[in-house]
Amino acid sequence: MQEIVQYLFSGITTGAVYAVIAVGLSMLYSSTELINFAHGEFVMIGALAMVTLWVRLGLPLPLAVAGAVAAGCVLGLVFERLAIRTARNPEPITLIIITVGAGIFLKGAAMIVWGKDPFSMPSFSSHESIEIFGAALLPQSIWIVTAALVLAGGIHLFLKQTLTGKAMVACAVNKKAAWLSGIPSEKMGILAFGISAGCGAVAGIFIAPITMSSYDMGTILGLKGFCAAMIGGLGSLWGAFAGGLLLGILESLGAGLISSGLKDAIAFVLLLLILYIRPGGLFAAKEAKRF
Amino acid sequence: MMTDKKKYIWIEYLIFVCAVSAFGLVTENTYYLQIMTFIGINTILGLGLNMLMGYTGQVSLGHAAFYGIGAYTTAILSGTYGINPWLALVCAVAAAVLIAFIVGLPTLRLSGYYLAMGTLGFGMIVNIAIREWADVTGGASGFVGIPVLEAGSLVFMAGAGYYFLVWAIVFVAMIICRRLLASRTGRALRAIHDGEKAAVAIGINTHFLKLEIFMFSAALGAVAGFLYAHFVLFISPESFGFMFSIKIVTMVVIGGMASVWGALLGAAVLTLLPEVLHGFAEYEMIIFGLILMVVMIFMPQGLTRGIMDMIRTARRARA
Repeated sequence: MQEIVQYLFSGITTGAVYAVIAVGLSMLYSSTELINFAHGEFVMIGALAMVTLWVRLGLPLPLAVAGAVAAGCVLGLVFERLAIRTARNPEPITLIIITVGAGIFLKGAAMIVWGKDPFSMPSFSSHESIEIFGAALLPQSIWIVTAALVLAGGIHLFLKQTLTGKAMVACAVNKKAAWLSGIPSEKMGILAFGISAGCGAVAGIFIAPITMSSYDMGTILGLKGFCAAMIGGLGSLWGAFAGGLLLGILESLGAGLISSGLKDAIAFVLLLLILYIRPGGLFAAKEAKRF
Repeated sequence: MMTDKKKYIWIEYLIFVCAVSAFGLVTENTYYLQIMTFIGINTILGLGLNMLMGYTGQVSLGHAAFYGIGAYTTAILSGTYGINPWLALVCAVAAAVLIAFIVGLPTLRLSGYYLAMGTLGFGMIVNIAIREWADVTGGASGFVGIPVLEAGSLVFMAGAGYYFLVWAIVFVAMIICRRLLASRTGRALRAIHDGEKAAVAIGINTHFLKLEIFMFSAALGAVAGFLYAHFVLFISPESFGFMFSIKIVTMVVIGGMASVWGALLGAAVLTLLPEVLHGFAEYEMIIFGLILMVVMIFMPQGLTRGIMDMIRTARRARA
C-alpha cells in the first residue's frame, strides 16, 4: 500500500511534466498541423535557463521563471520565423526534417553555452516532505502539479473566453474558413508557436529540481510528450493533459512493480496500442483519419 | 524511347562500376576505404527506405530497428553460437522480414503523422529491447566477439576486400530496386504514392503491397546491419537508436526522394559530413542541424533535384 502510494505520487509528478509537454505539442498541432520534433529542446532550454537565472545569477524565483519562459517563447518565435515560415514546400516530411534539424541545432547550441556536464537544482521551497499513508509527498511535486493545472486551466480559459483564443480555435477547426471570416490565421499560427514553446519551457523549469538537467535531456522528454499527446488524442487540450498523467503513473508503477529497465518502453508500447486500437486517442470523440 | 532509356541506364551502371573499382584499386589509405565502406552500407539502408518512403510515400521513423535486428541476429548467431556468418545472414534477413510482417500488418494501416509515430514507437521498443536483454545482446555495453567474414580462402578484413564486398552488394541492391520499380509492382507503388484511394479504386491491393515493400526494405536494412556488424566487429545499442532512424530518413530526403542515385548521394553526404565536421569539434552539431534545415528549406526536393534545378536556372540566365 505504502509503496503503491509512493509510486502514484512520483508518477503524478512526472506525469504532470509530461502533461505540460503534451499540451504544448497538442496546441501547436491543432492550430498549425505541425508536429514539432524540436519541442523537447524547448524543455531543455527552459531547464537550463532556469539553472542560469536562478542558481547562478541568483534572481528572485518569479523573475527567474518569467525569464526562462520568455527565453523559450522567444526561441520558439525565432524558430518559426526563420525555419518554418521560410520553407517553400510545407509537406509533412519536409517539416519533420526541418524540426529535427532545429532540434539538433538547439542541442548543439546548448552544449556550447552550458557545456556537457549535467546540473542539479534545489527545490523551489525548502519545506519538509508531507507524509500520506506512509509515503512521502515532496513539496516540489505539489508545485509541479499545481503549475500544470494552472497552465492548462489558463490555456482553457484563453481558448474559451477571449476573442483571440476563440479565433485560434477557429483556425484549428478550419484554417481557410477562419481566414475568410477575417481572422489573421498566420498570426494565430505564430501565437500558437509562442505558447507551445513557452509550455515546453515551463515543463523544463519544473522538472529541473527533480532530475539532472543537461543539453541532451530534451529528446526523450519530447518523445514522451508525443506519446502522451497521442494517448489523449492529438489536438485536444485536456486529452493531452490526461494522457500525460496516465503515462506518468503507468511508467512509475511499471518501473516499481515490473522492471526499471523497461520503464522507457512503456510509453512506446502504449503509443502503439493506442494507434492500433483507438488512433484518435483515449478521449477523442471522433475517429482520427485512418485509411 | 524505351531502348534509349535502357541504354542510358547501362551507361550509368558502367560509370558507377568503373568509379567504384577505380577508387578501390587506387586508394591505399585505409581511412578513406573505411569511409567509403560506410557510405556503401548506408546506401543500402537508404535504398531500402527510399523504396518505402520515396516511391510509396510511407514514412518510417523506425528504420534503424531493422538495421539493428540484422546486426544483432548475425552477431548472436555467429558470435555466441558459432554458426557460419553466411547462414546467419539468411537468418538475419528472415528475422527482419518476419518482424516487418508482424509489425507492418497493423502499422501500415495508419497514414501520415500517425504512421510516423507508429514506426517511431516500434523503433524505440526494439532499441530498448536490445539494451535490456543484456544476457543475449550484451546490453548497453555492447556486443563483442563478432567473427570476421570468410568465403573459401578469402578473408574480408577492413580495407579493400570489405570495400569491394559492400559495393558489390550495393550494386546488386540497386539493380534489384531498379528492376522492381520498372515492373508492374513499381507502377502500383507509385500509384499508392500519388493517391492511395485512387490506387484502391483501380484494383491495387494497397495494404498488401505496402506490407510487401515494407518487408523488402526491412530485408535491405538487415543486410546493411549484417555488413555493419562484420565490419566494425563491435556493436552497441546507440548505433541503432532513434537518431539513427532520423539519419536514414535524412539521407533519403536530402539525397532526393524517389531516386536511386539520390540514396547514394544522401548516404555519401550524411556519412562524410560528420567526418568533415570533426574539425569543428563542438560546433559539429550546430552545423549539422543548420545544414539539415537549410537544405530542406531551400531544396525540399533534395540535393539531386535542387542542384539540377540550379544548373537549369543558371543556364537560362546565361542564355
